[in-house]
Amino acid sequence: MDTSINRKLATPNYLQRLSLSFSRDSALLGGILIILTVLMGFFILAPMLTMFAKSVQDLNGNFIGLSNFTAYFQSSAMLHSIANTVTVGLITTAIVGVLSFSYAYALTRSCMPFKTLFQIVGSAPILAPSLLPAISLIYLFGNQGIAKELLGGASIYGVIGITIGMAFWTFPHALMILTTALRTSDARLYEAATVLKTHPIKTFFMVTLPAAKYGVISTLILVFTLVVCDFGVPKVIGGSYNVLATDIFKQVVGQQNFAMGAVTSVLLLLPAVLAFMIDRHVQRKQQNLFDSRSVAYTPKPHKVRDGICLLFCSTIALAILAVIGMAIYASFVTFWPWNLSLSFNNYNFSEVSTYGWTPYFNSLTLASWVAVFGTVIIFIGAYVIEKGRGFGPIRQLLQMITIIPMAVPGIVLGLGYIFFFNDVNNPLNGLYATMILLVINTVVHYYTVGHMTALTALKQLPAEIEAISASIKMPQYKSFFVITLPICAPAIMDIAAYLFINALTTTSAVVFLYATDTIPASVSVLNMDDAGQTGSAAAMAVMILVTAALAKVIHLIAASFINKRTQAWRQK
Amino acid sequence: MKQRWMIGSIAALSALFTAPVFAAEAVVVYTAFETDVLAKYKVAFEKENPDIDIKWVRDSTGIMTAKLLAEKNNPRAEVVWGLAGSSMALLKNAGILKPYSPKGVENLRTSMIDPEENKAWYGNDAWFNAICFNEYVAKQHNLPKPTSWDDLLKPIYKGHIAMPNPASSGTGYMQVSAWLQTMGEDKGWSYMTKLNENIAHYTHSGSKPCVQAGMGEVAIGVSMALRGAKLKTQGAPLDVILPDGGIGWESEAVGLVKPSAAAKRVIDWSISKQANELYNESYALVGHKDVSKAVTNYPNVQDAMVAMDFGKMADDRKAVLHTWSEKFDSKSEAK
Repeated sequence: MDTSINRKLATPNYLQRLSLSFSRDSALLGGILIILTVLMGFFILAPMLTMFAKSVQDLNGNFIGLSNFTAYFQSSAMLHSIANTVTVGLITTAIVGVLSFSYAYALTRSCMPFKTLFQIVGSAPILAPSLLPAISLIYLFGNQGIAKELLGGASIYGVIGITIGMAFWTFPHALMILTTALRTSDARLYEAATVLKTHPIKTFFMVTLPAAKYGVISTLILVFTLVVCDFGVPKVIGGSYNVLATDIFKQVVGQQNFAMGAVTSVLLLLPAVLAFMIDRHVQRKQQNLFDSRSVAYTPKPHKVRDGICLLFCSTIALAILAVIGMAIYASFVTFWPWNLSLSFNNYNFSEVSTYGWTPYFNSLTLASWVAVFGTVIIFIGAYVIEKGRGFGPIRQLLQMITIIPMAVPGIVLGLGYIFFFNDVNNPLNGLYATMILLVINTVVHYYTVGHMTALTALKQLPAEIEAISASIKMPQYKSFFVITLPICAPAIMDIAAYLFINALTTTSAVVFLYATDTIPASVSVLNMDDAGQTGSAAAMAVMILVTAALAKVIHLIAASFINKRTQAWRQK
Repeated sequence: MKQRWMIGSIAALSALFTAPVFAAEAVVVYTAFETDVLAKYKVAFEKENPDIDIKWVRDSTGIMTAKLLAEKNNPRAEVVWGLAGSSMALLKNAGILKPYSPKGVENLRTSMIDPEENKAWYGNDAWFNAICFNEYVAKQHNLPKPTSWDDLLKPIYKGHIAMPNPASSGTGYMQVSAWLQTMGEDKGWSYMTKLNENIAHYTHSGSKPCVQAGMGEVAIGVSMALRGAKLKTQGAPLDVILPDGGIGWESEAVGLVKPSAAAKRVIDWSISKQANELYNESYALVGHKDVSKAVTNYPNVQDAMVAMDFGKMADDRKAVLHTWSEKFDSKSEAK
């Protein structure tokens, strides 16, 4: 590709300088690629491989083949956990699938009022740690709960509690995918249906559903994976209902049986990887449903439909607000359920926990580092993979590795990190139990989504930018800073906000990795709940929620400001 | 606020690059003590021993035990101080703890030190399991107050009892061991099988059953007495009951890993009267015979303590947990 340019501008002096700048560019590029490969090798591949190795070793580290797995499958308790995990996964997926589809349908295909409000309320649970709904549900439906009659005598502890808690927590994830899927619909199909006098219900099944098919499949898979991998909700409200995620905790923390913990992790990895592969397959097919000739569908008012939609969305929104509201109320109740007077006592963390406010500031530190460091590495990584010249095999390899974190449940990733970094013979052992390792772990945990966002933004840029900048003797790093970075500013902010919020709320990956001076707020919620400081646990969860919401608001304000400065060219 | 987290991050970063500077001889001590007491013990020790610097490595009991076992061939700890007695027995069997008889050992309660030959560990404090009984919930459901372990088998308590899952929690395993050791294997297992009928749910944490009793989520929690006393002080309508048949207990103990003069001095101090007075601030029962100050709302446990064989507890652990899981862990949801 360079030869044609070279031939046209063939003064020797110029050629020399051009080749010089190319070699400098490729040296820089090669350097970054090598660093990236090494980092990913250490922080993604090695921990996972160590975990696989552990699952085929005995407690003393001798290779024993698959006998751990044999022992596992001979245990009725373990098999029971697998059945439980699948059951609760399927029930929650079915419920969230139906509810979030209807909600997204109402948001995109009706003319009901207050759509923005419903959009915000529907997405709010994403800002909360997964323990927040679990604590709320105990206050709502527990044996002293204010609404326990609604359960008709059934206990909230167990499959009911896990299902409701996980449904609350996964709803916004499902909603996000489904609104996107339903929004990009071709109005011409609906015109055709109207002309053919097709019954609206038939139209729904013949047009609406097929168009959103891939979104629906993605949603179902995502919800199932999230439910199966979460361990906070089942730990707090699962009662005796054992699932794989709590089994891992039991084996590692309760019995120090790392080999069995690894076996359970490998098993937990299977459904996640399978689901992920189906999803990739489906995504590949999804393209080109909506092309330049399509006309975006805009709903027309329809009294009955809009009324039903409004009623439905109000119900769901109220349920979400009730759960969040209950957690906020719980954080102010002095001593539930014996002293219901309201006070700030629960926020006085130094009274109830040896850590005081430290976990909150640890989480802020963690989230800030994850957002800054993660965004930089993810964006540069995506850039060299997408826009680099040469080094094809390395770039392809990296592209494949970046997909792995999405398929790995947080608790499994955390365990892999213990195995790998807690080894005395590992020179990186010094990282163990430091904030740095927490930051790295969290960046890796959320790498894939950030990478995809960066990639999408980069793909929108014409490839000629690099060629042109090369022809005007501009080094690639300069064109990166002057052109690429400002244009991709919105995507970069999205990545930073995504990383920040998730670093605040994550529990499962970091629960094995923190040390006394690096304990994050989400883990302290778990600890205070264990120690009977439920009000303070709720208070800390509310602090996380408020901070995440604040971060989101700042993100939206900053985004609108930056969009005005850098994205004017998008307006036609 | 902003400054604080920035300082935190800078500190975290610099911790990697700067090696700590020791003015005095450092002794690496592995511990599972709560974090808030660590500074207190360190300051008190170093005041009297300015030439020795304690370097704490702290984690939960389970993780600390696993860590010590993993480092068996190349131990980094010199002293273990504040780890469960059953873990100490396990470490002694594995040859990690070295026999040592500290100065002042004659002042310690014999029930709390290593019962075997070549004594290697000495209990600093002890904690207990009891029945946390919510009087308010009991009145709602007309439940009489249980006074013995056998009372808990009565059908009236069905669905009102929580206890820790021994596979998740050391407190739970201690309780199971106490039943097996006091009742005998056969009776113990048949007791648990009957009790299982009345259990509402097993929890993953040792203090959670008392917490749930405190919140009124269950009427009865078999769990750490200390947690029950604390919740009662906070205002929960709890009664902390020491049932007939005796209560199980576990100590937090000290022992030697890498012999050196400095390490031995740490152990000597850890069983001194001064140290025990510090333990007594949070624990009702401590190792030293002459130190015993009451803790608020804490029952008088000394007479109810059963004899515990920590060596056996450590040896049987895997087998007991396996049997327990097969019997009760696959229990379906409470019907």
